[in-house]
Amino acid sequence: MAITPSDEFSLEQQWREQFEAAPERDVSFTTLSGVPIEPLYTQSDLPDDPAAAIGLPGQYPFTRGVYPSMYRGRLWTMRQFAGFGSAEQTNERFRYLLDHGQTGLSTAFDMPSLMGHDSDSPLSLGEVGREGVAVDTLDDMETLFAGIDLGEVSVSMTMNAPAAVMLAYYVVAAERQGIPADRLAGTIQADILKEYIAQKEWCFPIDPAMRVMGDMIEWCSQEMPRWHPVSISGYHIREAGSTAAQELAFTLKDGLTYVEEAVERGLDVDDFAPRLSFFFNAQVDFFEEIAKYRAARRIWARELKETFGAKNPKSWLMRFHTQTAGVSLTAQQPLNNVVRTAIEALAGVLGGTQSLHTNSYDEALALPTEDAVRLALRTQQIIAFETGVTNTIDPLGGSYFVESLTDKIEAEAYEYFRKIDELGGMVAAVKANYPQREIADASYELQQEIDAGRRVVVGVNAYVEEDESQTALHRSDPATERNQVERLNAVRARRNGGEVEASLVRLREAAANEGSNLMPLLIDCTRTYASEGEIVQALQDVFGKYTESPVF
Amino acid sequence: MTAATAPHKIRVVVAKPGLDGHDRGAKIIARALRDAGMEVIYTGLHQTPEQIVETVVQEDADAVGLSILSGAHMTLVPKIVTLLSDQGIDDVVVTVGGTIPADDIPELKKLGVAAVFTPGAPTQEIIDFLTSAVGEREPR
Repeated sequence: MAITPSDEFSLEQQWREQFEAAPERDVSFTTLSGVPIEPLYTQSDLPDDPAAAIGLPGQYPFTRGVYPSMYRGRLWTMRQFAGFGSAEQTNERFRYLLDHGQTGLSTAFDMPSLMGHDSDSPLSLGEVGREGVAVDTLDDMETLFAGIDLGEVSVSMTMNAPAAVMLAYYVVAAERQGIPADRLAGTIQADILKEYIAQKEWCFPIDPAMRVMGDMIEWCSQEMPRWHPVSISGYHIREAGSTAAQELAFTLKDGLTYVEEAVERGLDVDDFAPRLSFFFNAQVDFFEEIAKYRAARRIWARELKETFGAKNPKSWLMRFHTQTAGVSLTAQQPLNNVVRTAIEALAGVLGGTQSLHTNSYDEALALPTEDAVRLALRTQQIIAFETGVTNTIDPLGGSYFVESLTDKIEAEAYEYFRKIDELGGMVAAVKANYPQREIADASYELQQEIDAGRRVVVGVNAYVEEDESQTALHRSDPATERNQVERLNAVRARRNGGEVEASLVRLREAAANEGSNLMPLLIDCTRTYASEGEIVQALQDVFGKYTESPVF
Repeated sequence: MTAATAPHKIRVVVAKPGLDGHDRGAKIIARALRDAGMEVIYTGLHQTPEQIVETVVQEDADAVGLSILSGAHMTLVPKIVTLLSDQGIDDVVVTVGGTIPADDIPELKKLGVAAVFTPGAPTQEIIDFLTSAVGEREPR
């Protein structure tokens, strides 16, 4: 006899009675972000019209993935973020990674480069080449990619406030290799709003920073058809302590704001939207992360199609890079981080990521060693080639739990959109410290849960080992800073000072004139070997600097 | 209640020297110390050693917590400690937090850093440490 719906209801009731008869463990069943989770999800938790809401891969609303074939067609790009010391040292690491099967490059810059300071600035003391590679002039950029065919490899650059300057360096460095800008493939992060929200690396006040970014997007849409001029990033928002829903909401709202600005400049949405890409965190709460990526695709597709009227289906696709959560790594029992990273990476893969960086287990202690980096890359290769998870597309699609969590996180994101709109949009909300405050509250709450032992972090507040054995760590070379300053001085001595000055004067004039696009001017400055610090200073002469009023 | 019997409210400067923007930890600590009844002055990001020492002096702080995640601690901390002693300040409890390799901790302590808190340190441990370290100093 077939089971009728009413039988099903009574079966569910029966289950509930049995379930409630046995005591539950005395813990809180919530996600890492604090979302309460039911003991069981059933068919009744699916959306009303599952076919429309979930759909098929490569079809609107793209819940199940942006491409029809996903990993059956092509695996994600294994892209390990690397950079330290001098351009020469990082160039060596890049070649090492390419030799070990990595398929794209991702550049980490040092703090002075990220903040627009030269290596010889007093503010750079102790930071040169430490957290990434030091790049002061075109000369460093040429060295960084020496012997690497920029027409073949796609290169990602994690660079934000001075992104337009670094892109100019990159374009000229490639040109010297004989590769024109329209052949360059890759991504520059250049997501400035999340800097004010979370990562806190800035050069200019928000409004001129938005203009510089807009200039770059506009220029790229004309000159660099294979380039992603912005990677709209939730990673740092999450690292700063946000919840999954906040990461999703603030990131997508940042992205929608960039779309709005570009449309206001007169660009056709379909001319640039296909080149926008995203960057998300993969935290350790497995299903919550997967739901986040699925919801993100659906929201982006809907907003681009319905709100902005994009006609090209490529404009609707939310393609994204994933990095496992640095903040989930513990300094205690660092090998446990291998396990955390593997689970996070798997969430990224089951969430349909286009590229992935896996963190190294020693990164809560220092920059990673070469062995740790290799193990992190091997983790991705094991997922890709041994586990079988790539055999079928979106294997979790239709899961009662995953679909329900996807709907929930999507609704939460729209609730944040509403609040941000009430504040006058994202730029106004950031100026009012709204996302900053939400993140600070969420991160404090989570820390309190951990401190109180309500949330277990293995090796930190449970299963603690006294006398841990020491891990071999990467040590920065103290000579790096001195050598880099010497390199910079040598470039300064070699170049034509008059040409540098003249190019900076023209840059200042263009900066003062809202209507002119700064990119061609930045390329001119690059050719004269003007340093990053000199270029940023010239812009600051016009734009001023930014000072945060922190909330905690 | 007279001044003599009033419990001294500990004044702490939480500072972010250098260029790194990782302020999650600093802000959590600042808030936890505030919730524990301390007077907290958070400097904000990207502070030079000179700016931090100036804040410590101006705020008449009992303690200063330096949060560094960029790896520049062996450059920045000695500079701050030297600037403090140049100003004749020897009674401010200096602590450091962040990604600090274990090997560097003895050296930092030799410089006069009272405690180093690495990732995973519970906020209560930091509160307790400051309460007792500030309490043990000679009364000012």
